[in-house]
Amino acid sequence: MAEISTLHYLVVAAALFIIGTIGVLTRRNVVIVLMSIELILNAVNLNLVAFSRLHDLHGQVFSIFIVADAAAEAAVGLGIIIAFFRNKETVNMDEVDLLKW
Amino acid sequence: MTPVATTFFFYFLSAVAIIGALLTITRRNPVHSALSLIFTLLALAGLYLMLYAPFVAGVQIITYAGGIMVLFLFVIMLINLEKAELEEHFNKQWLVGVLAAGLLGGLFFYVYAKGHTIFPNTWNSLPEQNNTQQIGLWLYQRYMMPFEVASVLLLVAIVGAVVMAKKRI
Amino acid sequence: MFFLDHIWIIPLLPMLGAALMFFFGRRISKTAVNTICVGVVVLAFLMACGAVWQYTHWAHDGQPYEKIVYTWLGDGSGTYSFPTLLGGRGQFQADAGFLLDPLSSIWLLFVTGIGMLIHIYSTGYMAHEGGYYRFFGYLNLFMFSMLTLILGNNYVMMFVGWEGVGLCSYLLIGFYFKKHSASTAANKAFIVNRIGDAGVLLGTFSIWALAGTVKFTAVNEFVRTNGDKILASPYLATWVMVATLLLFLGACGKSAQLPLYVWLPDAMEGPTPVSALIHAATMVTAGIYMVARSNGLFQLAPASMQVVAVVGALTAIFAATIGLVQNDIKRVLAYSTVSQLGYMFLALGVGAFAAGVFHVFTHAFFKALLFLGSGSVIHAMSGEQDMRFMGGLSKKIRTTFITMFIGTLAIAGIPGLAGFFSKDEILWKTWSVNHGQFRILWIVAFITALMTAFYMFRLITLTFFSKPRMSHEVEHHIHESPKSMTIPLVVLAIGSIFVGYLGVPASLGGSNHFEHFLEPVFAKHAPGATTTHAALGAETHSAVVAGEHAAQQTPGEQAAHGAAEVNKAAEQGTAAPGEVTPAHAAHEIEPLEYILMGASVLAALLGIGLAYRAYKNAGKDYTEPINSVAPPVYNTLFNKYYVDEAYDYLFTGRRSLGPVRLGAQGLGNALWKFDANVIDGGVNGAGWTTKLIGSISNWWDKWIIDGLGVNGPAIIARALSYPTRLIQWGLVQWYALVMVFGLVGFIWYYVVR
Repeated sequence: MAEISTLHYLVVAAALFIIGTIGVLTRRNVVIVLMSIELILNAVNLNLVAFSRLHDLHGQVFSIFIVADAAAEAAVGLGIIIAFFRNKETVNMDEVDLLKW
Repeated sequence: MTPVATTFFFYFLSAVAIIGALLTITRRNPVHSALSLIFTLLALAGLYLMLYAPFVAGVQIITYAGGIMVLFLFVIMLINLEKAELEEHFNKQWLVGVLAAGLLGGLFFYVYAKGHTIFPNTWNSLPEQNNTQQIGLWLYQRYMMPFEVASVLLLVAIVGAVVMAKKRI
Repeated sequence: MFFLDHIWIIPLLPMLGAALMFFFGRRISKTAVNTICVGVVVLAFLMACGAVWQYTHWAHDGQPYEKIVYTWLGDGSGTYSFPTLLGGRGQFQADAGFLLDPLSSIWLLFVTGIGMLIHIYSTGYMAHEGGYYRFFGYLNLFMFSMLTLILGNNYVMMFVGWEGVGLCSYLLIGFYFKKHSASTAANKAFIVNRIGDAGVLLGTFSIWALAGTVKFTAVNEFVRTNGDKILASPYLATWVMVATLLLFLGACGKSAQLPLYVWLPDAMEGPTPVSALIHAATMVTAGIYMVARSNGLFQLAPASMQVVAVVGALTAIFAATIGLVQNDIKRVLAYSTVSQLGYMFLALGVGAFAAGVFHVFTHAFFKALLFLGSGSVIHAMSGEQDMRFMGGLSKKIRTTFITMFIGTLAIAGIPGLAGFFSKDEILWKTWSVNHGQFRILWIVAFITALMTAFYMFRLITLTFFSKPRMSHEVEHHIHESPKSMTIPLVVLAIGSIFVGYLGVPASLGGSNHFEHFLEPVFAKHAPGATTTHAALGAETHSAVVAGEHAAQQTPGEQAAHGAAEVNKAAEQGTAAPGEVTPAHAAHEIEPLEYILMGASVLAALLGIGLAYRAYKNAGKDYTEPINSVAPPVYNTLFNKYYVDEAYDYLFTGRRSLGPVRLGAQGLGNALWKFDANVIDGGVNGAGWTTKLIGSISNWWDKWIIDGLGVNGPAIIARALSYPTRLIQWGLVQWYALVMVFGLVGFIWYYVVR
């Protein structure tokens, strides 16, 4: 095996990103979709921290902010889900098509 | 030169992360997905540790796995999902979605394939003892503004979440 | 000189009467009306007598007396001057002036005299009629107008009177205005008169342009001094001919000659005194007066004189033929008036001016007598005017019968009465003037005399001599008229007998005072006359003797006579060609005159005899002799040659020839159609065009501006958006997919390419 280089981490991050994208585009359950979004964010975090290893701490600080942002986003998103669930009793995303033509 | 354990742990943690991610997106039961996600997050925290970022790892576990996922689980609990389990859990565009993501992935790997020689192999020897202190200093000195803005952002998120989820405003 | 100085009072008196009637007539009693209206006319007559008396003593050789009261139109200071045809300067000026000369004094006397008698008669005739004060007011207004006409010193004043008598004729003919036939007859009279008035006006203006003045004295002076120039220049000669013909047109209208006579028979709708005064004695003579007054101009245009003579003769025989078969007593007299007026114009046309005026004078008497007598007959017959229902009245209304009989003899021309002398004078002059130029007209006049005697005696026979043909209640009510009516009849009868002796010609031993009196007015014209009579010098002579001898005298002899009167020459009329006056003792009298005189008397007696024989035994259903001999002739004559109908077709347009309507109504129709179709069509077309433009604008605005400009982009936007919006399903994951594809493309572009 080669030495674990930055590239390895980048590949892992890319894989996580892709998986997260697939989850966003494919799943009907909105909670799962949100979780997939968290996956994407984490992939980005990994990327940043991997690059930060090469230089100084900028990447790590940035990833902290991303984590904080992800928290806020998840909170609001879940609040929306709750609100929507009260109205329509469903968590399927393709039944949420009221803003269509 | 990296020790063997590094290589092993890297592959092990990566595998956990990826498998966890795959499970997240494929499980029918959202609780299973959430648990899988937690595994993924913990694996990532391990990877952060390997990358000499202990604070980030700590933040990852505490905030992400401990806060956000709990939040997810609370919400999963609040919404009634028995009916959802009986329905289709992949939507109609899953094939095209996979295709698009595959394309994206293809592009990523193409970029890596073409340009991986840019990334240097020599790692920076970051002292891991005062990582937290350094980050703390950085947060309050260089990243003072984003820090404060992040706090406002969190405030807005709180207000938003409360407003969204309230039965009667 | 009181009466002459105040000659303007004479017309003013009747005007005063008319004004009082206008303002107060309704409120005052019949007696008061009588006093005022008849009184003013009596006063006017007395003043007229006084004026003429003073005139004869004042005037030398018949110079006119002129009294100008004030300057009416324009002024004499040259403000309104204009160039005349001869190159001089004319003045636009017409005074309110009064002229008394032999001509107007004759008219003055018989107008006021006969007018007075008729006013007195009317008090009796109109006693039971409504509108009494109105009648007398109109009569007085008429007297005022007639007096203005004959006393005016210029053509404009004369025209004022001319119009006034026309107006009064209308008012009086239409006196019974509630009767439709009366009001239409009044309209007819006025309108036909108006045609003549146009002629008078145009003639006046032509004279004004030629002579630069309208004063009679100045015009005569002009003719005297420029007569040669006028005759020498064809342009001026034609101008004078046209002017005189225009004046004659007016005379035709007023004096009822062909073709404007049609109003006179219909004018009998008015009350009988009106017919007597206006349509027998006075108004209809206005035309003769005008032609006589313009004799200077007429003598410069021999062609006009010929026209006058021919028209007069034709009218005379034409009207006489119609009068032969009429049944209404007043109609017969009306046609008789037209016929006698024709005689007068014949006289004027052949140059026998004095004879014509003399006939006017005598005719006034016996025609007024005949009309008033017929009025008396109608009064006795309780309003019946149709002779078919009269008869045998001679014993019952003796005074009326005797006076009317005298009048009939006068008009027939029986020797010893007035009509004989005047009519015979005319006949002789017609034969002898200009070496027999007008002999054909003599034949016409001769036949007319025969017919005149016939129809007048037919009238007398049917009315008085034949068997009674009236209904029994009418027969019971026959009574003689009151004194107020019979006395004027008697006076007029006396006049009809004796007035003729004023003009007894030399051939019968008289001295013809009448003609001498009128000499100065009709003195002969200067050189250039188309007749063969010798020309005079520029100065005319006013002496009685010289006037008659003018044809034979040399200028030298005449100058000896005329030396004393040269100064007065400026105020006298010019001479007239053709004025042959064999009536004076100094002339030789041709035996032919006696033969012709005898022939006309025989003709009159023949007419009388034929009429008496034909009608003396006329019973209830008698036949007209003409009808039994030649019914078509009778029908034509009875229907007045269908002239009124022809006028309806041609001039008024009351009757249309199929789809075409001629005349005034036809013109009105055509103009109305033109206005409605062409002019209104243009207006409507403009409106239609505007509407069309409006609708085009509307379409443009609606479809192009709004459609393409405003709605177009909206429609395009919607059209484009229709397919475009189909990709918005509201599905978030679809949007995410598209975003990923976009990202792929983005990265592809920047990495791979």
